[in-house]
Amino acid sequence: MRSNRLGWILLAPTMIILFLFGVVPFLYIIWLSFHQWNPAAVNPDIIFIGADNFRKLVFDPGFLASLGVTLAFVTFAVLSELVIGYLLAQAFMKDFPGKAFFRTIHTLPLIMAPIIVGSVWKLMTTPSIGIIPHFLDSWFGYELNIGQSAVAAFVVTVIMDIWHWTPLVTLTLIAALVSLPPDPFEQAQIDGAGKRQIFWHITLPMILPALMATVFIRLMDALRIVDEVLMLTGGGPGSATRFLGVHIFREVFPRTSYGYGSAVSLIVLYLTIVVCWLLYVSMLAPRNPKKD
Amino acid sequence: MKRGNPWLSVLFWTFVSFLTLFPIYWLFVISVKPAVELFSTPEVILRSAYWQNYIDVLNDSTLRGYMLNSLIISSCNALLVTTLGFLACYALSRFDFGGKESIFFWTITNRMAPPAVFLLPLFLLLTQVYRIGNFTLLDTRTGMILVYCTFNLPFAIWTLRPTLDGIPKELDEAAFVDGASSWKVITEIVFPLCRPGLAVTLILTWVFAWNEYLLAATLTNFNARTLTTGLSEYITTTGTSWGIMAAISVFTLIPALIIFSLVQRHIVAGLTFGAVKG
Repeated sequence: MRSNRLGWILLAPTMIILFLFGVVPFLYIIWLSFHQWNPAAVNPDIIFIGADNFRKLVFDPGFLASLGVTLAFVTFAVLSELVIGYLLAQAFMKDFPGKAFFRTIHTLPLIMAPIIVGSVWKLMTTPSIGIIPHFLDSWFGYELNIGQSAVAAFVVTVIMDIWHWTPLVTLTLIAALVSLPPDPFEQAQIDGAGKRQIFWHITLPMILPALMATVFIRLMDALRIVDEVLMLTGGGPGSATRFLGVHIFREVFPRTSYGYGSAVSLIVLYLTIVVCWLLYVSMLAPRNPKKD
Repeated sequence: MKRGNPWLSVLFWTFVSFLTLFPIYWLFVISVKPAVELFSTPEVILRSAYWQNYIDVLNDSTLRGYMLNSLIISSCNALLVTTLGFLACYALSRFDFGGKESIFFWTITNRMAPPAVFLLPLFLLLTQVYRIGNFTLLDTRTGMILVYCTFNLPFAIWTLRPTLDGIPKELDEAAFVDGASSWKVITEIVFPLCRPGLAVTLILTWVFAWNEYLLAATLTNFNARTLTTGLSEYITTTGTSWGIMAAISVFTLIPALIIFSLVQRHIVAGLTFGAVKG
């Protein structure tokens, strides 16, 4: 075996960069979140104030509103993507010509820059330019205005996310469905099981690991949504689409209260980690008993 | 495979593809319309193309600068992370040191944190801490190239690890017996075998850097602004020039589309942390 020194030398640049731009920022916001630092204020010094920033955070209506809409958005978007993605994956399992072609088109939104997705949907939904408000108005007499109606803005944001990310769910579930063995399904059909029974008792348990991995990845990404929303609605109207990332970018960052901003950033990071960790655990938990 | 009329499936998937493609098509339609036509009744079918928006974008020296910045930053970043990721993965797969799996896992966690969380600390670090005299990394291409490593370097390590693990150690060992140096083994034996994996990594990290907006919007002011930030500048000004905005969007989209045709199969694996092989 060669000396490990070369190994460390090869790893060193990676570790230094990730330390400087990954670990240091993390430690820095932990430290700052217990301090008051406002260069624009009367007293621009960095002062230790204990947990005051966090105390302020718990009663900050802006932050709480943002947290609420983020959770609502994540729930609606990820659930819809799972249901639609599963149905599309099932539809893809049939035998038909041109599968590779349709699959390619279906993958397309995944490579698009989030900000371009935002601009595409802005052009689709802005009144007088967009095609959607035009048809909604002339067919149903409904006036879609994402700049004024909070509900409309929220729904369009969810639809945009569904358009952007459902393909990922579809493609992961296709991969899972393709790898299933045919025997249990044939057996169930011989035994006279209905479609619903087959889904709940055979398909779902067998694709559960892949499904949970998809949920985990989608949740992580949905929690961090910023670019698309900044482009589409700018977080408005009001706080209807001011998700946590948008809140940091629009409200917290421009103000120069760095200590409080750090506390907000830290809590958002903590929430993401907790959600991911809970999912990771729930992903592994159903599999563990079988190993015993 | 299930039975059922295949043409019904084709019809269904044509409809799904229409839903996928129409918004992109609409972007193109807006980009080739003169401003006066935009506010008349929207028409789905394009009758004539008006290329002035594209010419205006290309004639705008500020936007040309943004394009150049985007190109330089994403190319340098992709090269940097692919090289460093390759070396790191070589170390992780060939050497036996304690805690190497922890190091591997730690590098990956860097990608999981939401970028918005890093806005404030990175801004403060770049302006206050990482500085030499009056020189700071804020609003420099170098700064952006390094900052983008936080999400691209973990990605490169994640995608290259299986490639390097897949190359038999016996190959290196045979070369060492023949008296080759470590440098020779890495560059002449391992590197050529990794080329396909390296190409995919290079391409995907390039797209991620090219597509990035949030960090570029906060950590640059003028000198290192990228094309994606240029796009948002057109939306905040009163009276958005929709045609120009659509044309910039198309310019941002084109490289991604070219790349899409090259690495389509690897995109899903890349986006799911390797949980799914596309």
